[in-house]
Amino acid sequence: MGHSAVKKRYVFNRVSATSNALINLLFIIICVLFIAPMVLVVMVSFTSEKALLANGYQFWPAQFSTESYQYVFKAWKDILRCYGNSILVTTVGSFAATAVITLYAYPLSRSNFRHKNGFAFFAFFTTIFGGGLVPWVFIYAQFLKISDTLLVLIIPYLVNAWWIIIMRTFMKQSIPEELIEAARIDGAGEFRTFFSIALPLCKAGLATIFLFCMVKFWNDYYLSLIFINNHHLYTIQYYMYSLLNGIDQILSNTNVPPEARRNLPSEGCRMALAVIGVGPVVFTYPFFRKFFVKGLIIGAVKG
Amino acid sequence: MPTDQAAIAQAEKSPGALNSPNVKRRSKFIKEMKRNAAFYLMLLPGVIVLIINNYLPMIGVLIPFKEYRYDVEKGFFGSLFSSENIGWKNFEFLFRSPDALTATINTVVYNIVFMALDLIVPITLAILMSEMWNQKRANTYQTLMFFPFFISWIAVSYIAYAFFCNSGFFDANILPLFGVESVDYYTEPSHWPAIIIFFHLWHYTGYNMIIFIASIAGIGSEYYEAAALDGATKWQQARYVTLPMLKTTAVILTLLAVGRIFNGDFDLFYNVPKNVSQLYPTTSILDTFVYNQLQQIHDIGMSSAACTYQAVVGCVVVFLSNLAVRKVDPDSALF
Repeated sequence: MGHSAVKKRYVFNRVSATSNALINLLFIIICVLFIAPMVLVVMVSFTSEKALLANGYQFWPAQFSTESYQYVFKAWKDILRCYGNSILVTTVGSFAATAVITLYAYPLSRSNFRHKNGFAFFAFFTTIFGGGLVPWVFIYAQFLKISDTLLVLIIPYLVNAWWIIIMRTFMKQSIPEELIEAARIDGAGEFRTFFSIALPLCKAGLATIFLFCMVKFWNDYYLSLIFINNHHLYTIQYYMYSLLNGIDQILSNTNVPPEARRNLPSEGCRMALAVIGVGPVVFTYPFFRKFFVKGLIIGAVKG
Repeated sequence: MPTDQAAIAQAEKSPGALNSPNVKRRSKFIKEMKRNAAFYLMLLPGVIVLIINNYLPMIGVLIPFKEYRYDVEKGFFGSLFSSENIGWKNFEFLFRSPDALTATINTVVYNIVFMALDLIVPITLAILMSEMWNQKRANTYQTLMFFPFFISWIAVSYIAYAFFCNSGFFDANILPLFGVESVDYYTEPSHWPAIIIFFHLWHYTGYNMIIFIASIAGIGSEYYEAAALDGATKWQQARYVTLPMLKTTAVILTLLAVGRIFNGDFDLFYNVPKNVSQLYPTTSILDTFVYNQLQQIHDIGMSSAACTYQAVVGCVVVFLSNLAVRKVDPDSALF
């Protein structure tokens, strides 16, 4: 049956041509509705400030211009540093989180590991009960004392109970028990079996979890919001956050000449920054969508 | 095995010790650790992170019962345990505060609305999509609808701003069509329930749909053929074949949502209304309430009381709803 999501039906049990057309129309409308908001942001970012002042935000700008981008790139040092922080945190975080999650999920997928249910519950319980924000902040800020470091942007997201469950289910589905038995008879240790037999069989699952982690780390602003004060450690999302909320980094940046500050294309400039911050996700989405769908379907539904 | 030898040696020294439950249990534990050493090593990093990130903060449910003062010399836990007990005072303050009440009502009502919409909308769309003739086109729609799930909430807040700021899209283009004077959305709370519900659906529908589409694809086509041969219309097929087959998935998803009924989507409620205080009557939820109490007013007592209340009530709700589901339909229960 494959995992491409929509199933084939025999012709005699198809909906009528009219219904088919109506369903298509409905989905076209929904898709337009879903994509339009992003198109608006892109269009505004390419509108000249004058046209914005005169006509407000529009889907088709009266006057195209790249002045917003030119303005934003005057602060290229800030943006580059934020991008650097984001890339560093995303790369290190995604690799580390995928490793931790996979290592945790593997024993849970093995039927001969007696305490698998206990450890599964140990992870799952965290989704039911938590201490809440206040003690959580205290643990990182006062117990571990790592606020205002890049480490605090990584550690909290290293484990995710849902992804462990998805990964465990994926492993149960894709690693045949007999193969592990065979490896054991041939004298392979558990680590050897894990690395040379289990991992190669769950490439799709690994890719799914890795991509989930990437999106999570790239899109995160929350940890920065709570733990980061040093503006050298801002990630691109948090930079966007502070810009929209009036803590105007560009204005306070001394690298920007005063006359440029006076002609601040503020509105369009904000939208340009949004486009820059979202960019990488848009460009990589088509490549990783199929992994997501596959991983989600295998991991979530059959669980 | 060396452990067994040690146990035997010990048994010889003190006859009868081997049969005592303590030694038996310990040697069994060591044996298990040895046999599955690799598994325990693999679990170790995850266990450490879970303890730091999730289990240590659980001790913090005690914070609201204390007059918490952080003392550098005593450290976090030392200060917690040496702080003075003040009983339920923080909770009294919390339950008397009208803001906390608003936040609680908002959290529960929004969650109930989301629960209903997150079943109705994705299931309807998934059923329609699975009936489409052209599979490739269906995949294209699905791709486009899944896309908003990957857009960061910060970017979503920019999108909302582009529509609703002064001279934003609505102000400049839509309102003049109806001859309405410009509306200042960021000071007017009455518009926000609709906006928030829209962005919730916009962000999550594509994701939820995939799960239901997969479940529908997993239903054997023979069921539909048999139904069609018996003369069932498409509506009847959806009603009597598809919906019952989706029940378990739907129940589990709802159960999870019920468990989070006291937890709101901080990302959505904090960013999209830009945390503007005039909007709190319709946008404040417990999560943003806790954050604002802590960050703006530095009220540790009240915000940690709210955390504890949220955690304990949420947990009780999960167990009760799971119990109820297990009574009615044991297969759909979570645990």
